Amino acid sequence: MTTLTDPPRESFKLSMLIYDTRYRSLTIQIVALIGFLLLIGWLIGNTAQNLADLGKEPSFGFLAEPAGYDINQRLLDYNSQDSHLRAGLIGLLNTLLVAVLGCITATVLGVVIGVLRLSKNWLVARLMTIYVEMFRNVPVLLWIVFTMAILIETLPAPRAFRGENPEASMMLSDSVAVTNRGVYIPEPLFSNSLGNVHLFGESAIRFDVSLDLIAFLAVLMAGFWVSAWIKRRADRIQEETGDRPTTWWQRIAVVVVPTGILLTVLGFHLGYPELKGFNFSGGIHLRNSLIALWLALSLYTAAFIAEIVRAGIMAINKGQTEAASALGLSPRRTMSLVILPQALRVIIPPLISNYLNLTKNSSLAIAVGYMDLTGTLMGITLNQTGRELETVLMGMLVYLTISLSISAVMNWYNNRVKLVER
Amino acid sequence: MKKSVFLGALTLASMGAGVAAAATLDDVKARGKLNCGVTTGLVGFAAPDANGVWEGFDVAVCRAVAAAVLGDPMAVEFVPTTGKTRFTALASGEIDMLARNTTWTFSRDVDLKFDFVGVNYYDGQGFMVPKELGVSSAKELDGATVCIQTGTTTELNLADFFRANNISYEPVPIETNAEAQQQYLAGACDVYTTDASGLAATRATFEDPSAHVLLPEIISKEPLGPLVRHGDNEWGDIVRWTLNALISAEELGVTSANIGELSAGTNNPEVNRLLGTEGNLGEMLGLDAEWAKRAIMAGGNYGEVFEKNIGEATPIGLARGLNAQWTDGGLLYSPPFR
Repeated sequence: MTTLTDPPRESFKLSMLIYDTRYRSLTIQIVALIGFLLLIGWLIGNTAQNLADLGKEPSFGFLAEPAGYDINQRLLDYNSQDSHLRAGLIGLLNTLLVAVLGCITATVLGVVIGVLRLSKNWLVARLMTIYVEMFRNVPVLLWIVFTMAILIETLPAPRAFRGENPEASMMLSDSVAVTNRGVYIPEPLFSNSLGNVHLFGESAIRFDVSLDLIAFLAVLMAGFWVSAWIKRRADRIQEETGDRPTTWWQRIAVVVVPTGILLTVLGFHLGYPELKGFNFSGGIHLRNSLIALWLALSLYTAAFIAEIVRAGIMAINKGQTEAASALGLSPRRTMSLVILPQALRVIIPPLISNYLNLTKNSSLAIAVGYMDLTGTLMGITLNQTGRELETVLMGMLVYLTISLSISAVMNWYNNRVKLVER
Repeated sequence: MKKSVFLGALTLASMGAGVAAAATLDDVKARGKLNCGVTTGLVGFAAPDANGVWEGFDVAVCRAVAAAVLGDPMAVEFVPTTGKTRFTALASGEIDMLARNTTWTFSRDVDLKFDFVGVNYYDGQGFMVPKELGVSSAKELDGATVCIQTGTTTELNLADFFRANNISYEPVPIETNAEAQQQYLAGACDVYTTDASGLAATRATFEDPSAHVLLPEIISKEPLGPLVRHGDNEWGDIVRWTLNALISAEELGVTSANIGELSAGTNNPEVNRLLGTEGNLGEMLGLDAEWAKRAIMAGGNYGEVFEKNIGEATPIGLARGLNAQWTDGGLLYSPPFR
């Protein structure tokens, strides 16, 4: 009878950490990790020590103190007695505003230009090539400054609108004023307004919610929901009887009529800008700085998006188009049912990084005096309080959060459109 | 385990750092050049001339310090700074001193950890408007668009002034004086506000200066002066007493013209102490005996510097006003050289 014995256990020797392949990679990783932590520790320690030597221990108490400065473009109410935190929030909203506007415009422009660049029309295709090469090969900062300079130098000042025979006049039956201080457009007003709900009392994140807007959105959503219900019903009838009832006028009416009634009840009217004193007043003021930044960022990023869209479409094999037309699909349906769904999976990932780029590039706002997060928290607040480290760290954290949020949303969308493989 | 490694690293690192605030004087001498922070360009105060040589009222302070410390008024590296970058540049040691029409305030002195060594120009914030607007007082500016350099005390004064008078305005933040000038001349803002001296200097560069007026209101006290980092008192003393030497020289009648003659010895003991023929003031500062003589010779005494760069004979045309010697009814009053 033989018994199976374990092979003699090797005793562990220290040298095995290096010479034994089972342990070697682990050893190297641990050593690298320790080295990395030492480096980080040294950096943090050095910074803390230097700040302590200067007598500037990191503290965030300044955020609660009154900011003392005014901000021209504010989406929420703000005055110079509000805290630095509030000023930072106003800046953050301005950043988000220009980023959202920029992303939308850049996408629309980029898709159009990308498709046109593939046009069979020689002139159109070449013009689009020139556009793309011009915009993506010049730094975006120059485009921003250039756009601003054009707006300031070529458009009339408000005082040119004054007098008996003014040098400049308003456009679209006196409803839009284009000046070198910005564009004034009519604003929606309600004479029987439902008022606002004030949230968060007097804290830094307080804001008002317009009940008019909520009512408007609620009615609109309900209209769309009923409209969708009518469509489902029509589909069902079509499946059962083969006849599709005519529903287009019902579907439009359920959206338009209730919204129209609501607007009439609320006394909806437009407030037009008027020249009063030094400036136009009334209406919505789109400042030069916003327009310059928005335009320049959109045009610049659109050039990149155009290339991405072109690449996405060209990545689809020509055989797919031919197969689709062999099946009798019209060119429009070929594009929407065959080409685009496949192109999107190529387009979305690089599109995400372009959205991120646009958002981060919006921090160049300071070049035209647009009061974004870099201008308020990391600009004036930094300068007035001398808290460089704290404000810049906060700013970095905010940009990181914005970027990660955009990534998360876009990745979710990417997962939905990507090709399902088996 | 990871945590203790981390803490260990921290302790090690903090032992390694520590010796940071060295003597600026030694650094400057070793470098052979003085790094002086100035504006990005404000004619009369600090701007390069046609040959690229910096000149102006603030530049003269830098040159006097360089002359006192290094013996050569031209041994200055001028670092142009904006309202926003100036304090970081000084705090980080990129520049040795800042002479950039900077207002001496409590929080800058105490909280930002700087030392203002004195005042070289007593100023106040004013407003400039085109004459055709027909505005005669700042209180008529309700609803106006105001161009303002961001990162300055003027930004805060402006907010206070309009709030106190309960009138509204639209601020347009601007990074440099040149941009403000562009926007103001194009009519993108109705008003340009900054220190009255800066307004006068800016107006002097316009094609038609007479088409623009400075409003009578001066809404703040803006004592402008050179500053250094807090904590290096020896260096602070050198900059402070160089400025005082220029001011005292004017009071005592020492000019760049007669300084050669006076440094042979006079019967005024204070002039002798200033010029180093009597006593050992230079030695106390860690410099040689002729430090103040060189500083004065660099560009003349305070009055000469004023007249040459921003005085009434120049296009900027500022009167001495508050910046006259105390003996002439002004505020300039140097402590005695004793």
